[in-house]
Amino acid sequence: MTVKSSNIVPTKTDQRSAISAPSSGNYFKAVSAVVWKDLQAEFRSRELFSAMLVFSLLIILIFNFALELDIKTRQSVTAGVLWATFAFAGTLGLNRSMTIEKDRGCLDGLLLAPVDRSAIYFGKVISNLVFMLLVEIIVLPVYSVLYNINLFQPGLLLVILLGSIGYAGVGTLLAAMSVQTRTRDILLPILLFPVIIPVLLAAVKASSGFLDGAAFSDILLPLNILIAYDIIFISVAFMFFENIVEE
Amino acid sequence: MQPKPVLLKILDGLAVILLGVATYFALVKAPTEQVMGQVQRVFYFHIGTAWTALLGFLFAAVLSLVFLFTRNLKWDRFQVAAIEVSLVFFFITIVLGSIWARPAWNTWWTWDPRLTTAAITELIYIAYFMLRQGIDDPDRRARFGAVYALIGGISAPITFFAIRLYRTIHPVVIAGGNPEAQGGFSMTPSMLNAMFVALIAFTVIFIDLYWNRIRLGNLEDKVEQLKLKVML
Repeated sequence: MTVKSSNIVPTKTDQRSAISAPSSGNYFKAVSAVVWKDLQAEFRSRELFSAMLVFSLLIILIFNFALELDIKTRQSVTAGVLWATFAFAGTLGLNRSMTIEKDRGCLDGLLLAPVDRSAIYFGKVISNLVFMLLVEIIVLPVYSVLYNINLFQPGLLLVILLGSIGYAGVGTLLAAMSVQTRTRDILLPILLFPVIIPVLLAAVKASSGFLDGAAFSDILLPLNILIAYDIIFISVAFMFFENIVEE
Repeated sequence: MQPKPVLLKILDGLAVILLGVATYFALVKAPTEQVMGQVQRVFYFHIGTAWTALLGFLFAAVLSLVFLFTRNLKWDRFQVAAIEVSLVFFFITIVLGSIWARPAWNTWWTWDPRLTTAAITELIYIAYFMLRQGIDDPDRRARFGAVYALIGGISAPITFFAIRLYRTIHPVVIAGGNPEAQGGFSMTPSMLNAMFVALIAFTVIFIDLYWNRIRLGNLEDKVEQLKLKVML
């Protein structure tokens, strides 16, 4: 393709590279653009991260009074308390993340872009996942210090990663739906929690397995459930995200 | 509003008759169970409603796909009707199960996998209606409902299999699954008869209620269109 070079026309190289670039390159660029936008916005305001973090710490505090966490019980409920904390704080992050998109008109802008809608989905999932993981990475040492349990085991970190992926994957889709309703924020937990039960179940089983030092063959089953759930639901969400955001 | 089709009127009558027949079989004709006694009779209706409700939910998930691909709102009306009737039937299942559980396990409820999954499934479909209530635009409502019914429909069996692999005390009447399941009973032929009568009866009742609910949905749609005409 030849373009006469002139001062007014955009440079040939830009146009050529934009048109001849493989579609997978554009897709990846779109995903990373969405992720980068979210991370940059969050880095400047830090509203999401600080809210999620403080909320998580408060939940741990409430659990301290809700359950008598003497040394013996502590060992058995740690996994449950951690995952309950992540589930509730995650709701906060998901809600806020999608509300910002809607209120500031970002979503409409993204929809105008000539890129597959699912790229927006993956971009949002990744940025929501990053926020969740950041919060979790801070909650873990705080919990370890407060309750004198070493939570930095590779197995546990793997479970937290897999569980968060599943949570963010389904949560992003459902949050995209709930912000478009009248009831908005309140609706997300109602939609999300019943569907996320397998993740919580498997994650708690696997987490307590790793913390108690159970045999790997026992932990393998919940881990497989987590992986299967992640794959199935992210595929389904990927296929149907477009139906949620179209006008 | 079209008058009720003759077939539907016949179905209405048939449903009532079959309900009576199933009641007779369950309460009178079936033999009293040896271990549990009279309360076991609850089982026949419990199975009838459970079977139809679960099929109803599965059918609704399939309807989701049909709607999302065809974008014809009539599939949405079919789906709402299916989920609504299944929701009520499944609630009946849970209540009947609870009634059975009290004398049998000495508790109204237990966090056994099947019961837990039942509670979760019920909540998923209640959430379906709460989602729909918050949306005014019919097309968007249909789309969101379809996606959520699909997600919920997929997660219910996954939830069940995820927790079933752990210990269960729910009777495993039809074999297979967890060999360590405690509690179970085998059925004599006359009990099997009563069970099949109940299954058939509830399937017919379900279809009858479903068809009526679809007609109601069509009527609702007409009312909404008339309202819009009046407003404009």
